Amino acid sequence: MNYPAIRAIFKYEMARTWRTLAQSIVSPVLSTSLYFIVFGSAIGSRMSDIDGIAYSAFLVPGLMMLSLLTQSVSNASFGIYFPRFIGTIFELLSAPVSTLEIVLGYVGAAACKSIIVGVIILITAAFFVDLQIMHPFLMLLFLVLTALTFSMLGFIIGIWADNFEKLQVVPLLIITPLTFLGGSFYSISMLPEVWQTVTLFNPVVYLISGFRWSFYEISDVNLWVSLGMTSLFLCICTGGIFWIFKTGYGLKN
Amino acid sequence: MSVIISIKNLGKTFKDGFQALKNINLDINKGEIIALLGPNGAGKTTLISAICGIVSPTEGTITVNGFDILKDYRQARAMIGLVPQELTVETFETVTNVLEFSRGLFGKKKDPAQIEKVLRSLSLWEKKDNKLMTLSGGMKRRVLIGKALAHEPDILFLDEPTAGVDVELRKEMWQVIRELRDSGVTVILTTHYIDEAEEMADRIAVINEGQIILVEEKDTLMQKLGEKNLKLHLTEKLTAIPASLVDYNLALSADGMQLQYSYDVQQEDTGITGLLDHIEAANIQYRDLETKQSSLEEIFVNLVKKQ
Repeated sequence: MNYPAIRAIFKYEMARTWRTLAQSIVSPVLSTSLYFIVFGSAIGSRMSDIDGIAYSAFLVPGLMMLSLLTQSVSNASFGIYFPRFIGTIFELLSAPVSTLEIVLGYVGAAACKSIIVGVIILITAAFFVDLQIMHPFLMLLFLVLTALTFSMLGFIIGIWADNFEKLQVVPLLIITPLTFLGGSFYSISMLPEVWQTVTLFNPVVYLISGFRWSFYEISDVNLWVSLGMTSLFLCICTGGIFWIFKTGYGLKN
Repeated sequence: MSVIISIKNLGKTFKDGFQALKNINLDINKGEIIALLGPNGAGKTTLISAICGIVSPTEGTITVNGFDILKDYRQARAMIGLVPQELTVETFETVTNVLEFSRGLFGKKKDPAQIEKVLRSLSLWEKKDNKLMTLSGGMKRRVLIGKALAHEPDILFLDEPTAGVDVELRKEMWQVIRELRDSGVTVILTTHYIDEAEEMADRIAVINEGQIILVEEKDTLMQKLGEKNLKLHLTEKLTAIPASLVDYNLALSADGMQLQYSYDVQQEDTGITGLLDHIEAANIQYRDLETKQSSLEEIFVNLVKKQ
């Protein structure tokens, strides 16, 4: 295993975060704080509890997941797209590094960044609501699995995209709507029955549901189904990345 | 001399059917500087890219110090440093950071002393903390060379290394490359500058339309390429070449206003003095004279046409 290479990629990617601190960390924290103020305090104060949990507290796992998904995808997609765009990808392709090492470097850094953002949001939330995390290790497991899965998805998008517009298409037109409709702001039991069934086709539902269970032991779907689906997405994304490197799609001629 | 890179029956056909490399066979000796020459689109960069792992070959094998570039890619690639043709750099990073990144990528541990040595050898030490966006084109080119040298490679590929670099800096780079060769590094370079190939290369390989058409020791080749032209711009129209000048095999332009003489620069006596004496004796007046040497690429295009 080429550990210096993994470390070099990871460090290089993390350096970009510190260089663009406002964009990488301050911006998602600010926008999440605004969600808390608007939906949690202003509108949430007039809403009834959901399964015995105050609406403002109910929001926390959903908002964390919202940031985690969008940050993981955008960090990882930009991380690999940027060297392709400016041409420095040649160095990565000509270096003695394996697929696994490249993925560990880029995806690891992207996941790490989004986990940092998630944790900061959690700390920020503590200023607005009374937080309780009933299963912290499970919460951490969901946090890491989701960050890894969506960082891998972002990595695939970064290789698929051949312009900046494509880089934004999936996060803006697919990930964000799925997250909003996946129970970030409500329990799917609040929906009409038909829509509850339709919503179960949204993969994000399982992530948010499992994550929320680790906080309050309330969920829309069974915990094990959530864990199973999260692991399945991870496997699909891993398979996608290995196919890319095996075929050279988007990287090699 | 032992062979460090061995290319056997290498072929590359792109998805659109374009055959960029056709049955390439080439052995590169350890410690030599070999210049890879050919017209634009001949396949030089594709060949380099195939050896370095950037382009996947469709046929044939490449071994680097006995290691197959596909099966033993770690050992093979670890020996290679590549300086690309285009100025591809991360503009927001500092000079030191990009060199350290390159070193790490090739599996080498952090070594500030080695980075300092490389930066000093490329006259970049004073710029070590500068962001790349603040550097000139020539300096960025040197940074690319520095990145390729950061992991102390045994083989260095230089794809048009001095394009866009001023004369003084070019000479400094030549010195760096010579020192690398003296330290045992094998250098493969592509260039369009005749003086660069003349100054640097031990051997020259010519590639055209994806095929290696010639591999020759530089000294042997320079003799073949040593022709130069002297052009005299006449003040009055000349209808025919006087008999006293027939031995010089002069060419008279269609409008009768120019005389052209071809000579071999490698010869001790180029015949120019005698020619000018005869022209004066023949009472032919000229208002200007110029000498011209074809660029290496032009010469090679001519060679290629002859093939």
